[in-house]
Amino acid sequence: MLGKLGWSVIPFDQPIPLFVGAVVLVVILGVIAWVIVAGHFPYLWREWITSVDHKRIGVMYTLLAMVMLLRGFSDAIMMRAQQAIAYHSNGYLPPEHFNQIFSAHGTIMIFFVGMPFVIGLMNLVVPLQLGVRDVAFPTLNSVGFWLTATGALLVNISLVVGEFARTGWLPYPPLSELTYSPGVGVDYYLWSLEISGVGTLVAGINLVTTVLKLRTKGMTYLRMPMFCWTTLASNLLIVAAFPILTATLAMLILDRNFGFHFFTNEAGGNVMMFMNLIWAWGHPEVYILVLPAFGIFSEVVSTFSCKPLFGYRSMVLATMAICLISFMVWLHHFFTMGAGPDVNAIFGIASMIIAVPTGVKIYNWLFTMYGGRIRFATPMMWSIGFMVTFIIGGLTGVLVAVPPADFLLHNSLFLVAHFHNVIIGGVLFGAFAGYNYWFPKAFGFRLHEGLGKAAFWFWLSGFYFAFMPLYALGFLGMTRRMQHYDVAQWRPWLIAAAFGAILILIGIIFQVAQLVVSIRRRAELRDRTGDPWDGRSLEWATASPPPAFNFAISPNVTGVDAYWAIKAHAKQQDLEKREPDYADIEMPRNSPTGFVCAFFATVMGFALIWHIWWMVAVGGVGAFATFVAFAWRDHDEYVIPAAEVARIDRAIIAERRALLGLAGSP
Amino acid sequence: MSNGHDTENSIDLAPGDEHVEGGVGLRVLGYLTGLALAILLTATSFFVAGTDLVWQPSIPVALIVLAIAQMGVHLVFFLHITTGPDNTNNVLALAFGVLIVLLVIGGSVWIMANLNHNMMPMDQIMQMQR
Repeated sequence: MLGKLGWSVIPFDQPIPLFVGAVVLVVILGVIAWVIVAGHFPYLWREWITSVDHKRIGVMYTLLAMVMLLRGFSDAIMMRAQQAIAYHSNGYLPPEHFNQIFSAHGTIMIFFVGMPFVIGLMNLVVPLQLGVRDVAFPTLNSVGFWLTATGALLVNISLVVGEFARTGWLPYPPLSELTYSPGVGVDYYLWSLEISGVGTLVAGINLVTTVLKLRTKGMTYLRMPMFCWTTLASNLLIVAAFPILTATLAMLILDRNFGFHFFTNEAGGNVMMFMNLIWAWGHPEVYILVLPAFGIFSEVVSTFSCKPLFGYRSMVLATMAICLISFMVWLHHFFTMGAGPDVNAIFGIASMIIAVPTGVKIYNWLFTMYGGRIRFATPMMWSIGFMVTFIIGGLTGVLVAVPPADFLLHNSLFLVAHFHNVIIGGVLFGAFAGYNYWFPKAFGFRLHEGLGKAAFWFWLSGFYFAFMPLYALGFLGMTRRMQHYDVAQWRPWLIAAAFGAILILIGIIFQVAQLVVSIRRRAELRDRTGDPWDGRSLEWATASPPPAFNFAISPNVTGVDAYWAIKAHAKQQDLEKREPDYADIEMPRNSPTGFVCAFFATVMGFALIWHIWWMVAVGGVGAFATFVAFAWRDHDEYVIPAAEVARIDRAIIAERRALLGLAGSP
Repeated sequence: MSNGHDTENSIDLAPGDEHVEGGVGLRVLGYLTGLALAILLTATSFFVAGTDLVWQPSIPVALIVLAIAQMGVHLVFFLHITTGPDNTNNVLALAFGVLIVLLVIGGSVWIMANLNHNMMPMDQIMQMQR
């Protein structure tokens, strides 16, 4: 009746996960109870859960990423503490628990922090930058978000019900096959990523279509803001690469559940095919994460240097070159696993070549800053911190791209230091820059500057304390994922790394404080202009937060830096006096399709993990029925009448005129 | 729909959408042509596979050629990929997809062949384990 499920799967003998799980459960139930008792549920349901507005969905993606960052960071600081303690001893984490922690840390940080953070920012900003009213497929967007949330939920359920994978963030066979991992841990991994992978794929299709098909008047490809270009490149990679992940994990599922032999050692299976396929997805994945961050830095650096982006066309070319070359380097993740010198040499050279367009970007940002009037606001601090940090990470990357060097450093902590250097220094710093930069656009008030800068300095110094020692440890021969060790030389470095993790913890506390303080002082941090940073692209042309329809009149674009041109024009002409002709606007209706689909997907995923077959059928039929009901609906749009559009737009214009000290409105 | 040549205002068509001058009859004719060609190519493939009328080693090559022709027929008559300016995005998407598939499949075949080549023969591994 309940498959493999029973009371024995709850780890009563392990106090840490049980206690943490209980606290989290109490907090979640408390929040839900408070929402219902205080009567906020109808509002949440109407305005957020069923929303198909790209801005709301973007905010929810980002929120999911930030909550999961807390989970992923708890795993990280537990590992650092364990390794600081576990010299000649077993530390405080038993091996099977330690293994689950490093697997969950990697899985969560990549799939449920990095991905939702960049997709959330793209969702929020790209339609605004393109001057349009929504993404191409609004309801699909909602489905994509809720399926991602389903994956995150399943990973977190594994904390209390059963166990998580102990195989690392990529479940290499034969360890991940049924023979060596008979528990449900790998199944949790596989099904949560299959479900959230569908969500990511539809988000990718949606954003590619949005950039290609929905641009406002005059917004040609070479007038798009750089963030739109990197969004296009990143989502093309999602569309091309995520099916590989889905197929590879599906083959592992077949191996584990139905006795197939894709990746087994017996019966014609080939373990190396898994390494090959997973990295054919895995390498484009790192560019899926970092390309949007490059876009964010381009916007931030240009805005806070008060200059147009240097070398716009070379930046476009570099972006698209990375998009293509990222599909030609995947073997460098397994140089040491048996390929010959010719194959290794070619992939090594391709890996070094991909550093060239990245270098072009770095120089473009530097030249954008050169001669500019730089304002050191929080987003700019993150960008400068990124440039310094990312160059170090990039150089160590070119070092491990040399196959002979890689033979020494493969699977050592040097590698761990390298990829944290580029992912934290690149993706996470970019996400934080974008979060500080676009927060006023999403909510209508700025984040507190002082606390933001404090968070930045603790993150930056914490990063260097936590990861520079790992480079040294790699040279000292320490491999990754060690639960305990007996080498006295390693210990001081590991204690320094743990200290770095504590600095990062303080940085995160400052970030939480920044959010709380900013919300409490939102009246004084209010952005009434819609353009708090003196921005250059179209998202700053509308109010903060933007009305549901984004733009009352579709803007007409005449060049790069569209809003900068509008502002210059308006100053010359003493603002446009003529009232535009407002028209009715059709907007997509909200729909619970995404939430209901994801609910059934959660049921189905959980049932598949525990082999509760009747429940699998319930979930599958439910999700399909939801889709059918959605496909047959008659009314998919509602109309905002011209009078209402005019009322909202006049209020926005009056507010701006008042701020500029211009008397009277038309 | 005649402004397809103007790049500023060109309206890209989704795969499957088409703007044919003329009525339903002309479209049905297009689909029927496609169907006839597809059936012809399929039948030829089955015939070639079993025949001894042609030189035997040429059969695999013939099947590959027929398969590629089949793909072309599907793209032109059913997915309506054309060379017109209203189809730029679709052609580019197809090219990107084909490129990625070639890179991934070609790369995988090359890598796996190289790995197998470097692998010690199985009987030697067995001997080492004794």
